[in-house]
Amino acid sequence: MKKNEVPQDKSNLETANIKDMYYAVDENGEYTTELSTGWSPKTIALDNAIKDIEERTEIARQKVLNNSTSPIEYYMELHKMDIGILASYVGIWTWRVKRHFKPSVFKKLNAKTIQKYADVFDVSVEQLRHIDK
Amino acid sequence: MEVNFTHKQSAHCENGVVSNLMRFNGFEISEPMVFGIGSGLLFSYLPFLKVNHAPVVTYRVMPGVIFNRFAKRVGVKVKREKFSSPEKAQARLDENLKNNNPVGLQVGVYNLGYFPEEYRFHFNAHNMVVYGKKEGAYLISDPVMEDVTSLTEKELEKVRFAKGAFAPKGHIYYPVEFPEELELKRAIVKGIKHTCKDMTAPIPLVGVKAIRKIAKLIRKWPIKKGVKTANHYLGQIVRMQEEIGTGGGGFRYIYGAFLQEASKILNNDELIVLSKEITQIGDLWRDFAVDASRIYKNRSATEDGYNKVADQLAAIADKEEAFFKKLKKAV
Repeated sequence: MKKNEVPQDKSNLETANIKDMYYAVDENGEYTTELSTGWSPKTIALDNAIKDIEERTEIARQKVLNNSTSPIEYYMELHKMDIGILASYVGIWTWRVKRHFKPSVFKKLNAKTIQKYADVFDVSVEQLRHIDK
Repeated sequence: MEVNFTHKQSAHCENGVVSNLMRFNGFEISEPMVFGIGSGLLFSYLPFLKVNHAPVVTYRVMPGVIFNRFAKRVGVKVKREKFSSPEKAQARLDENLKNNNPVGLQVGVYNLGYFPEEYRFHFNAHNMVVYGKKEGAYLISDPVMEDVTSLTEKELEKVRFAKGAFAPKGHIYYPVEFPEELELKRAIVKGIKHTCKDMTAPIPLVGVKAIRKIAKLIRKWPIKKGVKTANHYLGQIVRMQEEIGTGGGGFRYIYGAFLQEASKILNNDELIVLSKEITQIGDLWRDFAVDASRIYKNRSATEDGYNKVADQLAAIADKEEAFFKKLKKAV
């Protein structure tokens, strides 16, 4: 890639004042670096990934409201986690985390366990119990 | 306490940390040099690991490997420490800073406040340097940022003790012993040979064979997994290739810069020709990303589209195979 071909597309990097560094060749064929504001093929990929998470979160929210899963699954999706990541944050086996997705099991969780989840999601126990609050 | 630390932005975080720490200790060494000597370039498919619900491909070696190989090859000794308790981790960090010793840190990006929200995934292999502490805040040199920044004790603890795959466990590292002069020539040859060996390895999940494997999978995904999942997977490949830190073209341009610098040190003109060749291969990776993005942009791609990008990857695999065979002979 030539230095003057380094893409300067619009992207969400701007909001945080970050620029991407590229290695590119100058007019004498020498390698140099150039900063980039973004490149649309990867911005689209990132946007899609974010949309995908939003979709997953919304599905989980609906499931909570239908009482087919517990708020833990909703908060897990909201925090871009999967069961493995969540399990390591709360320090509970994955199979137990999965069980806590059951609304009936979730309701009976002891205070200590539910506090662990609340801490990881950075919400109060009350907010964890009722996702619409 | 604040030491005289020069921050220089780099494309990739690990290279940047090494380059900046080396400069602090009196050795000027460029990012591409660190990357090339540390044999950072790779292609690998990790089907057993899923990130963001998609299989992982990587264009570089595992975190930490670049510095270890680089250090061993130029004769530098690195000390690494991990901790089970955040208190001990902080105490050890403070002790180093008190001795005016900036250290490299492995951190997770999910809680890294100065990153844009969209970039904050559960990715635990980011690297930064902490070079001082001022009024309770840590002074941070994050190689992918243009300028230095700072984090509170609490903020730093959060990212040092991120959980999930590659959990950093407070990991700190820093060079402790240096030779009088870096043995660059031998180190460069070693680094190149290693990369050539990896890229042409007779293992299905590594090197050009893995590129061919991904090409085959791309043809199958829309049929076996449906268009939505296929596009999600394809998007993840492009993100791994072009996300912050690759220097463009899945590290191929950084490698081109390395070969150019190496040709001068080794007095080897063939490496200039090969630098141009890997640059062109980098361009092909970029073309692949452009065409792949056309597919996942519309979400309504035809089978033809997938076959076309798969063909592109297969062609790249052939070119890289020929390239690394030539490179091996050139040094």
